[in-house]
Amino acid sequence: MATESIALGAALPERRPFTEVLHDWVVTVDHKKIGLMYIFYALFFLVVAGLEATIMRIQLIAPNMHFVSPQVFNRMMTMHGTTMIFFVAMPILFGMGNYLVPLMIGARDMAFPRLNAFSFWVSAFGGLLLYFSFIGGSGLYGAGNAPDVGWFAYAPLTALPFSRGHSTDFWTISIFVAGFGSIGTAINFIATILCMRCKGMTLGKMPLLAWLNLTMGALVILAVSPLTAAQLMLLLDRYLGAHFFDTQAGGSAVIWMHFFWIFGHPEVYVLIIPCFAFVSEIVPVFSRKPIFGYPVMVGASVCIAFVSLGVWAHHMFTVGMNPYANSFFVFSTLVVAIPTGIKIFNWIGTMWGGKISFKAPMLFCLGFLFQFLVAGLTGIMLASAPFDWQLGNSYFVVAHFHYVIVGGILFTIFAAFYYWFPKVTGHMYSEALARLHFVLFLIGFHLTFDLMHIPGLLGMPRRIYTYEAGRGWDIWNFLITVGVFFQIAGVLVFVSNLVWSKLKGPAAGNDPWDAWTLEWTTTSPPPHYNFAAEPVVRSRRPLWDLKHPEDPDWKYE
Amino acid sequence: MSESHTIAQTMEPEWVLPSRGTVGMVSLIAAESAIFMIFVVAYIFYIGKSISGPTPAQVLETPIFASICLLSSSLTIHFAVAALRKNQTRTFALWWFVTLALGTIFIAETAREWIHLIYQEGLTISTNLFGTTYYSLVGLHAFHVTFGLAVLLLGMIFALLGKVREHHAERAEVFSLYWHFVDGVWVVVFTVVYIVGR
Amino acid sequence: MTLGEITVWSAVHAATGAASPALLVGPSAVPSIFRPASTPADSVYTLSIFVLAICGAIFLVVAALLAYSIVRFRRRADDDGREPPQVYGSNQVELAWTVTPVLIVLILFFAAARVIHAIQQAPQPPDAIQVTAIGHQFWWEYRYPKLGVVTANELHVPVSDPAHPTPTFLTLLSADTDHSFWVPQLAGKTDLIPNRINQMWIDPHATGLYVGQCAQYCGVQHAKMLLRVYVDTREQFDKWIAGQAKPAIVSDAVSEGRRIFETTSCVNCHSVAGTIANGRFGPDLTHLMSRDTIASGAAPNTPAELRLWIHDPDAIKPGSLMPPMMLTDKELDALMAYMESLR
Repeated sequence: MATESIALGAALPERRPFTEVLHDWVVTVDHKKIGLMYIFYALFFLVVAGLEATIMRIQLIAPNMHFVSPQVFNRMMTMHGTTMIFFVAMPILFGMGNYLVPLMIGARDMAFPRLNAFSFWVSAFGGLLLYFSFIGGSGLYGAGNAPDVGWFAYAPLTALPFSRGHSTDFWTISIFVAGFGSIGTAINFIATILCMRCKGMTLGKMPLLAWLNLTMGALVILAVSPLTAAQLMLLLDRYLGAHFFDTQAGGSAVIWMHFFWIFGHPEVYVLIIPCFAFVSEIVPVFSRKPIFGYPVMVGASVCIAFVSLGVWAHHMFTVGMNPYANSFFVFSTLVVAIPTGIKIFNWIGTMWGGKISFKAPMLFCLGFLFQFLVAGLTGIMLASAPFDWQLGNSYFVVAHFHYVIVGGILFTIFAAFYYWFPKVTGHMYSEALARLHFVLFLIGFHLTFDLMHIPGLLGMPRRIYTYEAGRGWDIWNFLITVGVFFQIAGVLVFVSNLVWSKLKGPAAGNDPWDAWTLEWTTTSPPPHYNFAAEPVVRSRRPLWDLKHPEDPDWKYE
Repeated sequence: MSESHTIAQTMEPEWVLPSRGTVGMVSLIAAESAIFMIFVVAYIFYIGKSISGPTPAQVLETPIFASICLLSSSLTIHFAVAALRKNQTRTFALWWFVTLALGTIFIAETAREWIHLIYQEGLTISTNLFGTTYYSLVGLHAFHVTFGLAVLLLGMIFALLGKVREHHAERAEVFSLYWHFVDGVWVVVFTVVYIVGR
Repeated sequence: MTLGEITVWSAVHAATGAASPALLVGPSAVPSIFRPASTPADSVYTLSIFVLAICGAIFLVVAALLAYSIVRFRRRADDDGREPPQVYGSNQVELAWTVTPVLIVLILFFAAARVIHAIQQAPQPPDAIQVTAIGHQFWWEYRYPKLGVVTANELHVPVSDPAHPTPTFLTLLSADTDHSFWVPQLAGKTDLIPNRINQMWIDPHATGLYVGQCAQYCGVQHAKMLLRVYVDTREQFDKWIAGQAKPAIVSDAVSEGRRIFETTSCVNCHSVAGTIANGRFGPDLTHLMSRDTIASGAAPNTPAELRLWIHDPDAIKPGSLMPPMMLTDKELDALMAYMESLR
């Protein structure tokens, strides 16, 4: 809108009435503002879902605790998972992609700015709808309760006889609605990346972040839709008497699992792929070398997305599928490990021969590399179906996926926050506080999630609100809960760092990291229109070319 | 302040990127195809598994006329867009109207079939697995046709008000992709429900 | 055992207190997957050690490379600020680190596929014990169709001599939602899914009590749907079967309790063989006193606990489907006497 003054370098914006600022944000179609709204929204839910996890962990700190009732625990369990996946991880990654993609491809905005805004508001509404269940969801246990069917809501537990009232419907409808936002955002990413790149930026010259968001968008389109379909079927079952998952009428409980996991598995790749993007942008800059094997990285990412569509039934190894089906899914799951491993090697190859500096973004990326390696290996263990017959549905699985999501995804999100914070706010964060955050969180993460593998190996299933004493699980659960408090401390330091640095941090300048992609050519924060003149590029690292005119990248690519 | 490395104008090849509308619509079609695929899979999986109630062979009548109407509407919308590209706005309006009419006939026929099935044959979505999968799959498709009809109607209104111009051809083409998709889905649904499933 | 296996095994032993299966085959209070006592669990155990060894080796190599690169290529304090050589990639290196993972994947795949087929396609010998396990919210129903026995929550099977195996084959069904039968020392878990028939088998090598619990979230009291598998000697098993196959003991001393049982809603859910009680929603109570626990392992089978269970089930297992029976103390006394006669 023309009312906003153009931000030039260090010029301060004029004070405007709060209502005007609020109005600007509510009606905005600017990708940067929408991106930030996604991120704030997600951070709010991160705290909420983190609280839910803390409640669960306190209940499990010792056997036979009465901190919460089983009903409340099961709601916490369901809400924690549902919130983290749909209202924390997806929005924060959509938000960061929204902010960064147009900047990195030299565009002024996304392809469909109004669709962008619509997608955000619809997703936001979904989250609020889910939480309204605490007040409005009547159920078996009286008024006001959240869904308690687990985040994957297996049939027939979700059928009317077993889930009375509306708590399950809040789960179904809120995600159904948010799904439209996800698909809208995915369409936007795809159209933006394919149709709005600046001159000279062929597909082979765009930053890996653009490639990975393109891949993620395609995967969202193919993966979220099956969930939408399945939820529609569930609603038909519950309200129009349909029999999709009605085992008494000959329906199949297993078909829900198939449909859900056809969504659920690619979904986790939807989450990790943008994180690969962050690592692929940060590691090169802090190693002072270009990414090792750009074409292979592109190929591996696309390969991962493609293969991930064919592995879903590794979540169903214990369901009693025939041995040939089981073997097929062992094979496809192991195959997806190959391009994933190749990416890890390429990141190491990027660091090799470089000059690594250990600023916060790089520290978190290094944490990611070790942790993602471990998570991938526990994934290989779970992929071996007979091993999964023991490990599946136990705390080993919970440890595995938290290792990926917290140790992988969250660590890279922290890295990306620190890396792009100067660009978004114009201020530099406190490196000392960031290091404190890293240490606290690292300790907490490992205390909780390394040890969490052990109760799984000792027979502790997941989704239980308490456990028998004397099964050898007690000490591990205790220490796991202790680790949570270190993580909470780390996150508090993180948030304080961001707030304090935004208010009081030193000016960062356009390019504090001496980086090479287009977003560092514009001001911090970028002006409303991103670039005064549309950039023209000739290589994958346009800023490198500018800084090293005697030795530009386009001579070697 | 973004100094960029420019190449001499004379050597610069033309920078052509795909059209946003087309890419966006193709992506939407991909998403919708995935949704339909799940309903089709459920339909096929449950063929023959109903434990009671009328079977497809007993109650289904092949909707040949309705299908011909719907599928030929793909042709007519193509004619409409082609006419608009040549700035023949009246020809456009004519073919657009025929498309709208053919689509409406399809929906009317579906409604007639459903009334027959519900009131004469006693088949509802809750009768058995066949009822469940039939109404949901055909219904989802009909919903998408209806949505398309609404857009067609809107275009018809604009055409009658004389507001449609040659430069709208691209938007009409993007919408026609959606319409072709809806027809394509019908080919699949028709095959699965009225041929394979019986 | 290879060096890798020994390394992994020592680490696991240190962490979990598990011991090598060759030394300790019997049941344990800790249901560790590394203490297999039955062939399916043994096969999984062997495969798991193999997979752990390979994963351990991969971890050591890659983590070492990572650690090395961090240390060796860190920016030194006296750095001259120049950029290092800009290397874009190397096709030979990419090939090398693609081929090795492909080989590892193939090895792991064949190893897993072998075990999958061995366990899932094991033939059922004619003298195998056949049990039908039906999962309920939140208890286990066991039927021995060929032996005429219906019981609940505590499964008895005979020990199996590896020389002349007498495995137990379980057919898994569900009466309501999804459940999963997991006794780690005896086998991997298999789900119980309504409208689906699943199969699993066990052939325990040592007698004793093996513990586990439901491993698929099935509702509010999923956590207390515990499993107790009693592996008996052949003689003990036959004796147990004979006892379970008899109808309920009838005694005039407890007729008042029996009257209460049969005229309040107890009979809607529970069966007592040989009486009019033939409800199927809840566990069969014909030989209730032959069990060590009640409420699917949630409480020991003592008079105090049983009385509390009948009077206020939510005190033991909140959310279970047993309703509190609104009985006076006198009625409860009589009922308890009847319950205690059901040996």
